[in-house]
Amino acid sequence: MKSKGLLGSAPLSDRFLSVFVYVFVIFVMIITLYPFLNVLALSFNDSVDSVRGGITIFPRDWTWENYKVIFSFSGLITGFKISVFRTVAGTVVGLISASMLAFTLSRPDFQGRKFVSVFLALTMYVSGGLIPVYFLIRDLHMMNTFWVYILPGLVSAFNVFVIRSFMDGIPFALQESAKLDGANDFTIYWRLILPMSKPALATIALFLAVGQWNSWFDTYLYNGSSEALTTLQFELMKVLQSTTSGNNVDIHNSNMTQMMSTVSPESVKMAITIVVTVPILLVYPFLQRYFVKGMTLGAVKG
Amino acid sequence: MKAVTTSVQQQTHKLKKERNFWRTAIRNKYLYMMSLPFVIWVFVFSYYPLWGWTMAFQKYKPARSFGEQEWVGFDHFKTLFQDDTFYLVMRNTLAMSFMGIIAGFAVPIIFAVLLNEVRSMAFKRFAQTISYLPHFVSWVVVAGIVTKMLSADHGTVNEILMWLGLIDQPIQFLAKGHYFWGIITVSDVWKEMGWNTIIYLAAIAGISQEMYEAARVDGANRIRQIWHITLPGIRSTIVILLIMSIGHLIQIGFEKQFLLGNNLVRDYSQVLDLYALEYGLQLSRYSFGTAINIFNSVVSIILLFTANGLFKKITKESIM
Repeated sequence: MKSKGLLGSAPLSDRFLSVFVYVFVIFVMIITLYPFLNVLALSFNDSVDSVRGGITIFPRDWTWENYKVIFSFSGLITGFKISVFRTVAGTVVGLISASMLAFTLSRPDFQGRKFVSVFLALTMYVSGGLIPVYFLIRDLHMMNTFWVYILPGLVSAFNVFVIRSFMDGIPFALQESAKLDGANDFTIYWRLILPMSKPALATIALFLAVGQWNSWFDTYLYNGSSEALTTLQFELMKVLQSTTSGNNVDIHNSNMTQMMSTVSPESVKMAITIVVTVPILLVYPFLQRYFVKGMTLGAVKG
Repeated sequence: MKAVTTSVQQQTHKLKKERNFWRTAIRNKYLYMMSLPFVIWVFVFSYYPLWGWTMAFQKYKPARSFGEQEWVGFDHFKTLFQDDTFYLVMRNTLAMSFMGIIAGFAVPIIFAVLLNEVRSMAFKRFAQTISYLPHFVSWVVVAGIVTKMLSADHGTVNEILMWLGLIDQPIQFLAKGHYFWGIITVSDVWKEMGWNTIIYLAAIAGISQEMYEAARVDGANRIRQIWHITLPGIRSTIVILLIMSIGHLIQIGFEKQFLLGNNLVRDYSQVLDLYALEYGLQLSRYSFGTAINIFNSVVSIILLFTANGLFKKITKESIM
């Protein structure tokens, strides 16, 4: 009797391929995960002990000290609050504006549809550049305000087109029958189309939230001198740059320098990195189904 | 008499059309109300800054009004093209761009093809979920991780190289200019490899299973199936993405170079956007910085049209 195992009946080359595939994929998983696990271990390891080296994925001298230290630093608490706030506000506002604009563009009976589409699409290719935009933000008196985190990125053509191509797939007859029942276009958008567009909205919400959470350059450029408006990423950037040779940023903050002297700067960096990374880790795996679909859709249409 | 009636008819027709236009506009009123604020927004934040391009042709002084600015024609562009730093910056930008395109295409394609060969769905999903992780973390975090891994002070890469006996002493990777382009390319591949497989996996999923069955009947092993079915099946996707990347040849961003660069490797890390940032904002040479921005935009648009033309020729379709 011939046994048909997992690879029993396959030719030798196929068995070799299977082994190679698993080895390669596992190798990729290791090089992707190891740095994060290493940082995690270091963030829970005593900072004096860490200097000896040799920590891989388990802490050797377990401690909460690094986290206690960073959370006693006021800049980080402010940064955390601002980061959370901009992520929530930016995502909600961005989602409403992108979907509303997408809705009008998905309506075949809308007169302005063609013009608005082209007007929006052009922004993907032409931009004024750093300096004119900087002057605009300054002239609008948005420097050192929270608005700079929300307004300049409010409408992204890419996001609008992804949502719109999803809405194009919803039968127009549904809207017509809602209209016969006396609904106006805003009601149709809010009560009918928006709830039906959940998969596209989930994708765009993820993109918006990740973009907001990860953004640091707007803080650096516009709000760098305003301690009350600092963000987590910006604080991490300052800590990272402060110890690299020939840094781009000066650290004026005595609070931070003091903090660095109690535990080593290395351990502080590791702990902040983990604080910045964990929220993303908690969110993206659950939205995978949506963003994979969203990406594919966007790539096909865009 | 006949002529008069036709002109009257034309006029009433035109009137009717106009009335129709306004009638539709009124019917569209909610749609207008829902899109107009964003049209204004797009105008202010995306189109109005283009007016700022005039700065590049002036000796711009912030204190003066527009009418009082001194016009200098193409002087700033002449200075730009005579500046040695500009050529250094272009070399760095193009080098990192090309290295990024080659590695950024090859690795995700290989990864996607191999992932497709994984038979266990649960394992495949798990591997994919992990591979997406670096895409979602910021460049700040990635720069921190890369710095940590490459550190001469018990950095993992140095430890491994020493353990393998390839080097006797730790290498200061981030302090040596000639490593910089490679470090940027590898970091970028590490961050985006998993994410970029999404599109290839979608393309592979679109290949008809019958082709694989036919190949199996013909006795082709899996390696031959990859070579003769999977890779040709995603060829058009690869070509489209490759052509689209031409448009971004000199727009490679600056985050990674800003965060991983330092004064020791400046000659290799300075890219076009950083050059504009430094001259334009940090040294307050606004006009010169804007000239760099314009150069960047104009070259990108030319590249985009070239790419689109190329694309049309190959596929008889346009991406724009």
